[in-house]
Amino acid sequence: MSGSGLPEGVQRRSIGGETGLATRGDPVYGEPTDGDWRRWESRRSKLGSMLDRGLDTGILGGETVLYLGAASGTTVSHVADFAGPTYAVEFAPRPMRDLLGVAEDRSRLFPLLADARRPEQYAHVVEPVDLLVQDVATRGQARVALANRIFLRDSGRLVLAVKARSEDVTRDPSAVFEAVLAELESGYELLVTERLDPTHTDHLGVVARPR
Amino acid sequence: MTADSGVGWFERAETDDPVHEGRADRPREWPALAVERGFAADESEYYRRLREATLAAARGTVAEREGADDQQLVSAVRALDDCARTANELTERVAEWAGTRDPEATVDLGYARELAGREPETPVEERVISLATRVVALDDERAQLRAYIERTAPEVAPNLAALAGPVLATRLVALAGGLESLAKQPSSTVQVLGAEEALFAHLRGGADPPKHGVIYTHEAVRGTAREHRGSAARALAGKLTIAARIDHYSGEPNPDLAAELEERIERIRARDAS
Repeated sequence: MSGSGLPEGVQRRSIGGETGLATRGDPVYGEPTDGDWRRWESRRSKLGSMLDRGLDTGILGGETVLYLGAASGTTVSHVADFAGPTYAVEFAPRPMRDLLGVAEDRSRLFPLLADARRPEQYAHVVEPVDLLVQDVATRGQARVALANRIFLRDSGRLVLAVKARSEDVTRDPSAVFEAVLAELESGYELLVTERLDPTHTDHLGVVARPR
Repeated sequence: MTADSGVGWFERAETDDPVHEGRADRPREWPALAVERGFAADESEYYRRLREATLAAARGTVAEREGADDQQLVSAVRALDDCARTANELTERVAEWAGTRDPEATVDLGYARELAGREPETPVEERVISLATRVVALDDERAQLRAYIERTAPEVAPNLAALAGPVLATRLVALAGGLESLAKQPSSTVQVLGAEEALFAHLRGGADPPKHGVIYTHEAVRGTAREHRGSAARALAGKLTIAARIDHYSGEPNPDLAAELEERIERIRARDAS
């Protein structure tokens, strides 16, 4: 691992006069490029924002990954650039159309149209993984992380972005985060927690390992 | 534990779509197992075939989704209403006719259903019972149409269906003439869709403007005290309009909408207390 704490395959580079995270791969969402490198916009990616802030995610690069809540594939495209086999779970068919375009340009990104709350729907496809990334906008985000713990190797890491508004719009985000973390602790040991404001309002970044 | 708990996607040769149809209780070292069991020569061949299978499965679903368009839904909800109306009319006819011979006859589908199961003994009973079986068939068709709408509306308009329920969402799409035209309506129009008669009476002069159209059936309006229903309908119509626009232009589910609506309605209802 480099001194900056960034995974192998992720670099801080100046592209188009602006310095930011970058990975090597086919461009996906109109991000600026320089040769093989393309900007990983941290404003558009919670995982990107966590790496950009220097959070110790423990991600080295080359891991096998299960990504829950892949949506149109903005973040998962960067993950597949620096990781090993990457399984991308998304529930909604419409964003899946865009995710397909991203997967078609990458050799080890596997799109799965499934409900992250029901791991039995994809456990016959997904192998045990080193890294579980979760960014689902649904109520019960801790339950999703706990249900998918079966995929995580003992030495693996969970990197989670908790969205307070998905749990309860009326409650104070701090109270929501507290409740989610308490529930998470039944299956995970929490290593890092940090609010992602202002780039991602009312989101909490969490790094944890399975108990 | 299911019988399939140890079976990987690559071992389900009997199905066209092993990615979507398979199930397992927990993950296993599928790449190594696939090589061991002779599915692939090595891991890179395994991953190549996994890629083909997952892309094909996802493409299939996306194509299916694109075939399920708003105009099919519009036809389905109109057919649903036709079946319901016709079944009701015929239920009355059956009850009236059967009542001339059966003192137990009542005007409801349960009675028609029971009658349809009887053995006719006279030429008249033959006709009455035959008519009752048409009523039952129409009611079954109505249930099938509703199930189709409940399955399809969340695919065509995920946010609108989540907020309004699949059937009301479809009625709004039908009243506007399609998802695109619904997405282009101002929320004040969405609020009174289905109340056109009352709206024209108001425009001709004299009558009060309608507070709500078909969205009246939504719990947010119906469950609000009469004096606040106008506000509730306005708030609901606003969120439904946003949902229709997201569905038409991007299609990504936005769970914030339902929570925001709930919050608005709660605030409107709380005005009673103050």
